[in-house]
Amino acid sequence: MLEVSGITQIFGGVTALDNVSFSIAKGDITGVIGPNGAGKTTLFNIITGIYSQTAGTVTLEGKNVSGFPPERLARLAMVRTFQNIELFGGMTVLENVMVGMHTRSSSGLLACALKMPWTISEERRIRDGAMKWLEFTGIVDLADHLAGSLPFGKGRLLEIARALAVEPRIVLMDEPAAGLNSQETLGLAQLIKRIRDLGITVVLVEHDMELVMDICDRIVVLNLGKKLAEGTPREIQDSPEVISAYLGDDD
Amino acid sequence: MQFDQILQYTLSGLSTGAIYALIGIGFSIIYNATGIINFAQGEFVMLGGLLTLSCLNVLKLPLWAAIPCAIAVSTLVGILFERLAIRPLRHPTPINLVIITIGGSILLRGLAMLVWGKDTHSVPPFSGDAPIAIGGATILPQHIWILAITLIIIFINKIYFYHTISGKAMRACSYNRRAAGLVGIDVKRMVLFSFIISSAMGAVAGIIVAPLTMTAYDVGIMLGLKGFCAAIIGGMSSGLSTVIGGLILGVLESLGAGLISSGYKDAIAFIILLLILFFRPQGLFGKADSERV
Amino acid sequence: MKRNFLLFIGFSVLVMLAPQYFRGGYMMNVLVFVGINTMLAIALNLLLGYAGQISLGHAGFFGLGAYLSGIMTTTFSLNPWLAMPLAAIAVGCLAFMIGFPVLKLKGHYLAMATLGLGIIFFIIFNETYEWTGGPSGLSGIPYLELGGISFDTDVKNYYLIWAFTLAVMLFSLNLASSRVGRALRAVHDSEVAAQVLGVNARLLKVQIFALSAIISSLAGSLYAHTMTFISPTSFGFNFSIELLTMVVIGGLGSIYGSFLGAALLTLLPEILRGANDYDIIIYGGLLMVMVMYMPGGLVRGIPALFRKLTGRKGGADHA
Repeated sequence: MLEVSGITQIFGGVTALDNVSFSIAKGDITGVIGPNGAGKTTLFNIITGIYSQTAGTVTLEGKNVSGFPPERLARLAMVRTFQNIELFGGMTVLENVMVGMHTRSSSGLLACALKMPWTISEERRIRDGAMKWLEFTGIVDLADHLAGSLPFGKGRLLEIARALAVEPRIVLMDEPAAGLNSQETLGLAQLIKRIRDLGITVVLVEHDMELVMDICDRIVVLNLGKKLAEGTPREIQDSPEVISAYLGDDD
Repeated sequence: MQFDQILQYTLSGLSTGAIYALIGIGFSIIYNATGIINFAQGEFVMLGGLLTLSCLNVLKLPLWAAIPCAIAVSTLVGILFERLAIRPLRHPTPINLVIITIGGSILLRGLAMLVWGKDTHSVPPFSGDAPIAIGGATILPQHIWILAITLIIIFINKIYFYHTISGKAMRACSYNRRAAGLVGIDVKRMVLFSFIISSAMGAVAGIIVAPLTMTAYDVGIMLGLKGFCAAIIGGMSSGLSTVIGGLILGVLESLGAGLISSGYKDAIAFIILLLILFFRPQGLFGKADSERV
Repeated sequence: MKRNFLLFIGFSVLVMLAPQYFRGGYMMNVLVFVGINTMLAIALNLLLGYAGQISLGHAGFFGLGAYLSGIMTTTFSLNPWLAMPLAAIAVGCLAFMIGFPVLKLKGHYLAMATLGLGIIFFIIFNETYEWTGGPSGLSGIPYLELGGISFDTDVKNYYLIWAFTLAVMLFSLNLASSRVGRALRAVHDSEVAAQVLGVNARLLKVQIFALSAIISSLAGSLYAHTMTFISPTSFGFNFSIELLTMVVIGGLGSIYGSFLGAALLTLLPEILRGANDYDIIIYGGLLMVMVMYMPGGLVRGIPALFRKLTGRKGGADHA
């Protein structure tokens, strides 16, 4: 589904990533873990087109997408969520998700301004589609609330609903459990599994080990910019290198 | 003959460039300490010149007393501006900051218009106006004052920022405000200091250029914008780069006006501004920023 | 949906009936200006309030539209109905091309770049006197004519201008509540999140910049054909600031707010007759006060104030 090969990223004098390679199978839930500073978010930003890598390639469903900007990747059905949720605070919850349907709609500037008949039916379709995703993530009762006024946990769910509206084949989540309490994290785990059941491939960067070990099919471990290990949760838990890299971390 | 002309334009360009440099450094100091572009910077230049005029004509002070007086009052206005307009701002988004500093600049200009009217006023030069010949060109004593005072101020700046505690504290703020706060630097006070220094420098710039170009309530706009150009060319540095930026701007402007067309003189500065913003926004001497997300 | 439609119809009716109330006379001339300024304020609001991009040079596009149309109809004796769209297309193309490099900038740098652009346009208007008449201005610009009626009085121009203004309002209201309007607001709130969802932020910003320029150009052309005389002083930095003030005071991101701001700032000098020189102070003061205490503009601030005074609770809104 997704393959990263030889990804190297050098910022000024710092080598953030050094020849990282792994592949993600379709339909898997894959976790990317590693101590702070391992380069996980940098890797994410490269895969999702926000940075350009110094070297290496990213391949999506067999197509080389290295250096493609995020909006192009969205049209190729890849979407991501952010660690510090990037909601559209001035719009309602429903409107946020409706923006998610941007790639699944096509009314242009002129057509919208002149309110051509086909824009009216498309608008209805966008609205209905957005409501459906709000129901899927369980926040449909907040539809008319201002996104900026949501408590953090609900905001997290909104960001996921919005990403799903893109109807992606792969979604990358950057620390989705950050800032959630244990109950919300359990709900998140259920949600991610339901997303996978829809046939969507999920990749997570995470620090919450319970969550990762619980739901991930495969795990990739990064440390100091290099890939340390790759395998099933069991294999990772038993790996001596991983244990020593995490010395002092909770389990 | 051509060479003499070019020399003339270059020399006068250097002195206007020095003024742009002073104003540009003022912009940079506030920007580096606060992240704000103070659109009202040009108005302090205007105030410097006009206040000196009032001190001379109304208060009948001698020149050596009028100048510090004018600088002091301008600085006071700078402090008031920071206290009343900048500090109480609840949503300091870039748009709001731009709007509030523009509003402030308009307000200051309007008040100046009420006090001094719309006429242009002349201010006497510091030491007479006997021309001095250099090569085939002539300059006025005021030009020398401008260059000398600019050099002195830059020197004082260097000493302040690199060899005093509060100067180093301000530099710390410009590199990383949060870290500076965490090590005990009073960031709010640094912001105030930056306004004090910038308004004082702006006033000085206005005072030393007023004898050459006359002064009026609206000289602040163009001078401010061109000072900003100098700062952009210099990559928003509060030191040598902006000085060079100002000098380059002054000379190019003077040569362009003299050799090509004087009507488009002001356009030269803005075309340079646009070119730099498009192709090298970090300035001629800055390093390209690599942002971390 | 229906409520918004009724609001617009109601507003249009008020506009159409206004001349009866004022019975011609001097007020008509002022109201023509309100119409033109509303168009300009809406154009700037689309860029600033919706897309979140600062422009301090919009008077430049206004002037370009006025001069292009004025020159085409005087020097080249073109029919104004042909000159106006030609001018708008030319300005639109120019804005589209300039837009790409300019809109890569953000915040202060964008503000300065647009400021510089506006001033360059102003200098060009002043210096190319063979075409524009320079500081003395361009005169003899023909009135518009349609079906035998010549729009040469204030009352006739009122209806002409406001027909265009209402069209621009409807156009913008439709846009604001549409897929593209949402994409714009998304780019404003978080450009990177919008991109991740598939919005081509760079292109969209340039498109809105060009649209904004086209509307401003249209307003400029209409201005030229109703005033029959134009000069560079109307298109300088001061007017760009005035437009900014209108948008901020009315309310960023609100089309009706732009009307409010435009009406207020056009009528204010009339009310303050004889205090001509004070207007510049008042603009400055208003800008600062609004940003500090009512950043949402009058269109949100007044209802909020009303609710606070009467102790009722309300929700968020925008129109």
